[in-house]
Amino acid sequence: MSEYNVINSRATRLDAPAKATGKAVYIDDMTLPGMLYGALLQSPLAHARILRIDTSKACKLPGVKSVVTAKDAGLIKYGVSPARYDETLFCHDKVRYVGDEIAAVAAVDLATALEAVSLIQVDCEELPAVLDIDAAMADGAPVLHNDYPGNVCAEVHAEFGDVEAALKTCDLVRTTTFKNKRQDAAFIEPQGCLANYDLSGNLTLYSSTQVPHYVQRTLSMVLQLPIGRVRVVKPYVGGGFGIKAAANHMELAACLLSMKTGKPVKMNFTREQVFTYGRARHQFIHTMTTGVKKDGTIVALKHQCHLDGGAYSSFGIATVYYSGSLLGGPYKLPNMKYDGYRIYTNKPACGAQRGHGGVAARACWEQQLDMIAEELKMDPAEFRLKNIMVAGDVTCNDLNMSSLGMKECIEAIRDGSDWKSKKGKLPKGKGIGMACGFFVSGAGYPIYRSDTYHGTVMVKLTEDGGKALVYTASAEIGQGSDTTFAMIVAEAMGIRLEDVRLESGDTDFGVDLGAYSSRQTLMTGHAAKEAAEDVKKQVLDVLSKELNVPVSDMDIRNSFVVFKKDNVDFSGLRTRYIKEHRGWTDNPQSGPLTFTEAARIAYLAKGSIVGTGKYKPPQLGGKYKGAAVGTSPAYGCSAQVAEVTVDMETGQITVDNITDAHDCGRAINVTSVEAQMVGSVSMGLGEALFEEVKFDNKGHVINADLSEYKIPTMLDMPSVKPIIVESDEPNGPFGAKEVGEGAIMPTIPAILNAVYDAIGVRIHELPLTPERVWQAICDCQKEK
Amino acid sequence: MKKLIRLTVNDREYDVAVLPNQTLVDVIRYELGLTGAKKGCEMGDCGSCTVLMDGKPVNSCLVLAMQAAGRKIQTIEGIETENGLHPVQEAFVQKGAIQCGFCSSGMILTAKSLLDKNPNPTEQDIRKSLSGNLCRCTGYQHIIEAVKSVTP
Repeated sequence: MSEYNVINSRATRLDAPAKATGKAVYIDDMTLPGMLYGALLQSPLAHARILRIDTSKACKLPGVKSVVTAKDAGLIKYGVSPARYDETLFCHDKVRYVGDEIAAVAAVDLATALEAVSLIQVDCEELPAVLDIDAAMADGAPVLHNDYPGNVCAEVHAEFGDVEAALKTCDLVRTTTFKNKRQDAAFIEPQGCLANYDLSGNLTLYSSTQVPHYVQRTLSMVLQLPIGRVRVVKPYVGGGFGIKAAANHMELAACLLSMKTGKPVKMNFTREQVFTYGRARHQFIHTMTTGVKKDGTIVALKHQCHLDGGAYSSFGIATVYYSGSLLGGPYKLPNMKYDGYRIYTNKPACGAQRGHGGVAARACWEQQLDMIAEELKMDPAEFRLKNIMVAGDVTCNDLNMSSLGMKECIEAIRDGSDWKSKKGKLPKGKGIGMACGFFVSGAGYPIYRSDTYHGTVMVKLTEDGGKALVYTASAEIGQGSDTTFAMIVAEAMGIRLEDVRLESGDTDFGVDLGAYSSRQTLMTGHAAKEAAEDVKKQVLDVLSKELNVPVSDMDIRNSFVVFKKDNVDFSGLRTRYIKEHRGWTDNPQSGPLTFTEAARIAYLAKGSIVGTGKYKPPQLGGKYKGAAVGTSPAYGCSAQVAEVTVDMETGQITVDNITDAHDCGRAINVTSVEAQMVGSVSMGLGEALFEEVKFDNKGHVINADLSEYKIPTMLDMPSVKPIIVESDEPNGPFGAKEVGEGAIMPTIPAILNAVYDAIGVRIHELPLTPERVWQAICDCQKEK
Repeated sequence: MKKLIRLTVNDREYDVAVLPNQTLVDVIRYELGLTGAKKGCEMGDCGSCTVLMDGKPVNSCLVLAMQAAGRKIQTIEGIETENGLHPVQEAFVQKGAIQCGFCSSGMILTAKSLLDKNPNPTEQDIRKSLSGNLCRCTGYQHIIEAVKSVTP
């Protein structure tokens, strides 16, 4: 039995009825009076110099209201990391990938806007393009950005301990190289937005975004709007997974067009544009050298990584740091050296996607650790347990594991999968594998340098006393955060979940950095809890005065006021309350004092009762360059066992089942935690088996749709057994921490290790298509 | 040149003027204001625009509005009963089968159509029937549990 009344249970999501009935409003469901439709002109060439842009024919087309280019937009640079602002709203000198934005049109309908786009004449001089890391780094390669010779967008060099010296002390040293493929997050709702610049000079942007706050800042800066004039509102969002975690060109263009025309402007990406905009997982090429003692103690990791970044930085500076720093745990690793390079290529920019920077690195290392365990004749579970960190451990790169149920996760999947009776005992073509991983519960620092709170929450009681209204600028994008915060507020106030209403996703509600880096449960959750406690205290303070009972002798539970000592006479308050609500049908007649009565009495005494909460992380560890990427108030962790069947004739892999344990701290909404766990497995499984954004030799995406870019269907997903391992995270609200991204970490390597167990060959490149697996089986047979 | 057609949607008749190339999803969403059917790909890949045509699930982005004239169309807005949510909707709500919700309308309608034909589907029946509806959030498990939980 849980000690809690609301959290740590299975709650029905607040938004589920609206979403089940088609009533939930997403961006393309919105209209405004007089609304225009926008369209973008995007480059058909991967690399070209722009000589001349002629919009005259487009402007003359009946129904066209505005055509804008870099001349109108200006050349203010923006991006994600202020250290690498390398994008402008529209290209002016060069285009750098197929899809780079050149101009935008607003017209009375979409067909007219698209026709106008086709009438814009652009004279270009095509330049040689670099489409992969090797071409971009070759001597004399064409340069994308003059400020970055050699096409090196960012490089990271970090060493903790002394890796070379440590490797010399090892009994076994192994090196492997691994590569994944560029991903698309394939959320089902393409990006869209609706901009409305009103007569008073205020701009409101409704957008399918994960980060209203950062979009607000980018709009203000790029469009040079005065402070306080920009509001960003997020309706329901059909998934994001990291790609919607920054302002995009379409949002900026729609706003500019609305400012030019004085009318609302709607724009949507097509599915193809989702792919050509990109910003999803990079391609990583990892080379790792790991040294161990013969008893299985991990001693050192030397790691080099190249990232194919595409044409702009986007989140890439953080990505190149994360892909090194996220190997600091969850194993005790005293020596780690990392050299990372993010390379510009003439392809859509890559950015952050679920498990930011860490997924391919984790896949590489967890497979290598399995290979080492085998050489040492150790069971992979025992090898991992021997090296595992526990709560209180700090990694060599200063990540503080303030809670860590990693050991418990390994034990849970080992026992939950019947590992001991299967590992090494399955017939040819059947395999079992395991892996671990961990992730931050929120980035320790905002993307821009600031002392801002990472989240603020306001709780206001309705003046009639009936409800607690929660206002947060956080972003519900499908993960269930609205319900989580309503549960936290209800728990902290001592009221029922049905007595809470919540509004979110509006920059007018406060500051919240948004849904990325698995930050909201911990960070926004803290602010929600503090705001709720503030309100509760205000109500109890008033009651204390009215009833002459010390606050310490009262509490609120289940929406009733509880007096710790008997015989408190509150009949006077009840009479006053009922007088205030003459004729109402639900006035309390007998029984304990209700929260509603108390809240009304508090309002009568003080006016509107408003509580506020805020959160920013405490000073976190790490003084070295790049320490800001990877430090977090807490870390979630997970372990998975995958069982697979490989058709030895065709190379076709079927994942039969997954046993999945995750330490999310205290689970707020158990159903949502499981949903994140299984959803993460699904995305990891797709990346392991099918997913790859492919290009032709001119830089066009050749599978920019959901039939050729294959994500798992219901027929591809195995049964997943989710096991929640709870710890009590000291830095989390009610002990809670992340689940949304840590849960993807073990999936790919667990499958890789299971495939090896099934076929006896290691594969070091994703995706594990039948062709690649079949080839690996053939190559192995030839060698024999 | 637009042509006047009569559409029967959720048992209500609508007279709408449509272009020959206008898709059913666009007419339902933008002319009739029934925005429960979503547009995820406009190529028949994702299933988020699924509606029932004469009881069968179709990708309404691949159906021309004119082809739907005279057919009986049911959208997510049309399946609630006098007693509230349709049992499939209720099951999706209760079992945590909804996350971002963008696939939910299509998923629920496809599931309803399956259960109308086969009230006791096996898990494999469910997986096959719903495999044309993509979901990126849930990993499908809670959706399968929801459909299984709907008893005839």
